Amino acid sequence: MGEVRFGQAINLALDESLENDPSVVVFGEDIARPGGPFGVTRGLQAKYGELRVRDTPISEATLVSAAVGAAMSGLKPVVEIMFMDFITLAMDGLVNQAAKARFMFGGQCSVPMVLRTPHGGGLNAGPQHSQCLEAWCAHIPGLKVVVPSNPADAYGLLKAAIADPDPVIFVENKALYAAKGPMEDAPGPLEIGQAHIARPGTDVTVVTYGATVKTALRSAGSLSESGIELEVIDLRSIQPWDEATVLASLSRTHRLIILHEAVTAFGTGAEIAARMADVGFDELDAPIVRVGAPFMPVPFAASLESQYLPDADDLIAAVHKVLA
Amino acid sequence: MTSNSQKRLLGFYERMLLVRECELKLSALFADGEVPGFIHLSVGQEAVAIGVMDALNDSDTIASNHRGHGHAIAKGVDLDSFFLEIMGKQEGICGGRGGSMHVADMSVGMLGANGIVGAGIPLAVGSALAHQVHNMQNIAVAFFGDGALAEGVLHESFNLASLWKLPILFVCENNGWSEFSPTSMQFVAEVRDLATAFKMPSRQVDGNDVSAVADVTAEIVSTIRSNGGPQVLECTTRRVHGHYEGDPQQYRDADELASVSDYDPIVLCEEVLQKMKTAGRDIAAIRTRVADRVSAATDAGRAGTLPSFGHLLADVYTPARGA
Repeated sequence: MGEVRFGQAINLALDESLENDPSVVVFGEDIARPGGPFGVTRGLQAKYGELRVRDTPISEATLVSAAVGAAMSGLKPVVEIMFMDFITLAMDGLVNQAAKARFMFGGQCSVPMVLRTPHGGGLNAGPQHSQCLEAWCAHIPGLKVVVPSNPADAYGLLKAAIADPDPVIFVENKALYAAKGPMEDAPGPLEIGQAHIARPGTDVTVVTYGATVKTALRSAGSLSESGIELEVIDLRSIQPWDEATVLASLSRTHRLIILHEAVTAFGTGAEIAARMADVGFDELDAPIVRVGAPFMPVPFAASLESQYLPDADDLIAAVHKVLA
Repeated sequence: MTSNSQKRLLGFYERMLLVRECELKLSALFADGEVPGFIHLSVGQEAVAIGVMDALNDSDTIASNHRGHGHAIAKGVDLDSFFLEIMGKQEGICGGRGGSMHVADMSVGMLGANGIVGAGIPLAVGSALAHQVHNMQNIAVAFFGDGALAEGVLHESFNLASLWKLPILFVCENNGWSEFSPTSMQFVAEVRDLATAFKMPSRQVDGNDVSAVADVTAEIVSTIRSNGGPQVLECTTRRVHGHYEGDPQQYRDADELASVSDYDPIVLCEEVLQKMKTAGRDIAAIRTRVADRVSAATDAGRAGTLPSFGHLLADVYTPARGA
């Protein structure tokens, strides 16, 4: 297939899922006729009709809960929330309904739905259109959380998310939509919960996901010139997350950094650090270091936002710290 | 000689009495410590559940609320499994994970009671979407109280259902109370005006007159089934017990509280049956049957085992196929 853009890969996964499974429906704000705010769902309504691909009113709470009710009644809804910041409006549907239905009804039903939503800064979109809230979702038993880092993974993970019997939050970093990457001619779904070693290395393990995988790979390239080899692990999903792959890597490098765009405090990195401090304590030759955003809302001005976002320099500083 | 209308009313009477006696038994079991947690009783509101459900079939779906025992029983949940669940037993319909506020039975289209006020409404909207996409004649019904009128999802759901012409019936059980406060002090609009605003037909019915509820619902449901789009039914009724069991209801006027028995749907039904010259032995036979059934369900509930914690984690997510 050659090179495809991140957004195109998502479109392809949606297209094939609609094609192959009549129970798949896609709905969200401005996703059908306008083709989505980032153009990701373009062409789907023309191809699959107004019954299965729908624009919705601006009613996030009801969209997500309706997806739950639809999923309990035989559909596989893929609902889009325009910016991850807006899931705040839909937390009852996500947390009290989607996540709990299977458990609290004694396993009588599953809730096979996907919530696609973009997170992340870089567009100067300000405090209410830039947040990375995936750790909230990962904290809720019953939800799965997937965060792809490149087009091929976005395709394979979205196919897996739609086929998954449980509710999956599928998080797309806005900065990646236009990014290109290679894709095989007939790619299959990936397994949710399996990390990918994006770059093997011997000196420091960097665990990351989503857009910051690129940051880690860039830093690894420049550090390699000075003889430091990073092993970069792309988690692909943070709930469940691939503890075995992280622990195995830590056992090789004995140093661990967790990098993400989300606020560091109480984040995904905190969970991974705590777990590795528990099960991997004997492997550690240095304290575990987290690299993420400072504890503040995402600022608007370009000069402020660029300073806010964790970048290669922050990671490289952390690498020197764990090697010191 | 029992006429057809008499037979129908006797059926309603028996089903309402079953809901009533189940709840009074649960109330006693709760007081004795055999039912853990919170329970919210629908005593006095039985005619809504029985009347509405009379127009539905097994493949129609309903989403209920915290005051949902009547809806569950009327939709056909197995009574033993229902008691086992509310008493927190392994053999309960939800394995003792849900309890009174989360009773569900997917096999009869009962998508669950709900602990969050108004939350069942958009779930029913989603279920109606599934019926529409599958091109089935089924409908979804959302049961909610007047307290839910102030919840945002109700307004979003009215709009979405009307916009998409979904096969859904919104049933407002208006008992005048939003938990511990009179709804008149909490909500300024009228249900029928909301329906009009969202371009949906609405009907108001005496929710304590089971035949009236059943008749109106049957008309509405047949229109919805023939792609008539969503409708709203407001059933005015009375809440006899507190918001939750054990609520002393000190916020209620003594005269108002005393007057609720004048509206008791089961007493009213029995009066009509008597006017129809129904044989006393028919009514007595129903009372015996219901008492026996409730007693058997109670015994079943008591005989259940306490759930074990061991396998709980296996149901947080769906096990992988072949696992």
